[in-house]
Amino acid sequence: MALSQKRIDELCDIARGIREDIVDITAWAGGAHIGGALSVTDILVLLYWEVARVDPENPQNPDRDRVILSKGHAGVGYAPVLARKGYFDFGLLKDFNKFMSPFGMHLDSLKVKGVDVSTGSLGHGLPMAVGLALGARLRKKTWTTWCILGDGELNEGSIWEAAMAAAHYKLSNIVTFVDRNRLMIDGPTEEVMALEPLADKWKAYGFNVLSANGHDFAELHAAVEAARKHTTGPSVILADTVKGKGVGFMENEVKWHYGGLSSDLVEKAKESIRAEKAN
Amino acid sequence: MSEGLTWTVYDADSMTAAEIYGEVLCQLAEEDERIVGLSADLAKSTKIGRFGDKYPERFFNAGIAEQNMFGMAAGLAKAGLVPFVSTMAVFTALRAAEQVRTDICYQNLNVKIIATHGGASFGQAGSTHHCTEDLAVMRSFANMTVIVPADGVETAAAVRACLKKDGPVYIRIGRGFEPTYYKNEDYGFEIGRAVTISEGTDITLICCGVCVLAAAEAARILAEDDGLSVRVLNMHTIKPLDEEAVLKAVIETRRIVTFEEHNVLGGLGSAVAEVIAKSGKGCAFEAVGIPDCFCHVGYPEDLYTHYGLDTDGILAKVREVMGKDFEEDEDWEDEI
Repeated sequence: MALSQKRIDELCDIARGIREDIVDITAWAGGAHIGGALSVTDILVLLYWEVARVDPENPQNPDRDRVILSKGHAGVGYAPVLARKGYFDFGLLKDFNKFMSPFGMHLDSLKVKGVDVSTGSLGHGLPMAVGLALGARLRKKTWTTWCILGDGELNEGSIWEAAMAAAHYKLSNIVTFVDRNRLMIDGPTEEVMALEPLADKWKAYGFNVLSANGHDFAELHAAVEAARKHTTGPSVILADTVKGKGVGFMENEVKWHYGGLSSDLVEKAKESIRAEKAN
Repeated sequence: MSEGLTWTVYDADSMTAAEIYGEVLCQLAEEDERIVGLSADLAKSTKIGRFGDKYPERFFNAGIAEQNMFGMAAGLAKAGLVPFVSTMAVFTALRAAEQVRTDICYQNLNVKIIATHGGASFGQAGSTHHCTEDLAVMRSFANMTVIVPADGVETAAAVRACLKKDGPVYIRIGRGFEPTYYKNEDYGFEIGRAVTISEGTDITLICCGVCVLAAAEAARILAEDDGLSVRVLNMHTIKPLDEEAVLKAVIETRRIVTFEEHNVLGGLGSAVAEVIAKSGKGCAFEAVGIPDCFCHVGYPEDLYTHYGLDTDGILAKVREVMGKDFEEDEDWEDEI
């Protein structure tokens, strides 16, 4: 069923709050992968507030859906999502990146409640998703494994090894997102290592390929619904996103892949995030 | 959990370590539904295919894609299963090293790795298929247990033991044509505890893998021909190392030589040397293995002879070390 406008507005409000959190944590941490965290925010909000079966009260609930943030450097965007869902106190994130903190920039599944799989090294998420999905099938469990990939990460050969395996084993219980923000550290993806025609690549590997504006909850939700209806193999949702989304001076700027924020820039960034609502 | 299988001399001689592994895994899987198997187009070579034949729904061939395979194993472990993963040692410890470290060890997952074709056991294949670095690599991964069984019988014991131990375990075996030392599993295999093959007071030989049989034979000859009392330790667990056994050897024999099918850097020899150095006690020490070079091509037995890892090589090394002028520590003043 399509999302109501009221629900979409609620999700937008939540996402704006998460983006402000990301700005705060980036300032507390002294620096973070803010650009890619802002581009993936809406995907995470849709998953955690709308479609994924999660249980913050019982993070190890054996029947929960598994979420793998394969682009683990977006941990600064994942941690506030988990905090706001109630996995832990948001105030703990003031120690992000600090000495002995449970919160490093790449979240550790043994230290952070709600994180199903430790990630950070690119190209590792989808192989582990394949294992989780095979495990679910073998154990007759109904959980879905959600795997969020960065687009630059698709340069890694292990992603395509896993794509081959997901299709070979017809793992319809995996739904993959690609956060297609078109930028990596050294520049545009198409200049550093061209990915296009990306949809054709996934199709050739045997995936059900769906597209959505990665900042439009109605489109993202519709793509998820379509993925769920596809029962003969894995699906991938190519989510067109904007790196630095929501913060005007960061949007589509390569340099904001990683950065720190002074207090005046924190305010400027938050004003920009709030201003989007007014538009 | 069942008790150890009793291997007859006939079985142990006719079945390779890998075949015995395949059999034991099938037996364990009958009782433990959590066990799943993975291989990367080497189900036949690694003999995990026996498990695959018996439990096709619990066996996953990843194709020739080791990085994905170890990631899959991590995911399966996260799903509550106990994956046994088998491919060649070189593709485990080197090709997929980061997946083993970051996906499996970092998350302390219950993945059991049975790496075949370790050392120079696939000697004819050359350095692309040798693996004389895996013990150094695996030993440096936190949470990892590293085992090098002496033969097929000990492989069976190690596979059984690793299932009872939570967390990642790396068991390194050969290609499977190695002669066996043990006749059955009733000698009390325990992870992290060296097995004394022979007692001795003149020198201690600390060995793993194929070197155990050669050292046992060498010790017998040295007793008969040279009147030497040679202690032989089967140090099947490289990590956690049985430091107590090493310290005991330092104090009681004052001479130690290690023998392993591995680069002399980073493996058993290095692990033993660390314990000796920390002890602060004087001890003549040598590490024998592949002397920091890429190993020659050839049949394994020829390579073992070339690198001094067979009985004759061990005899020669022991006689050399025994002939050395061994200074007691009170004699050190002239060197300061």
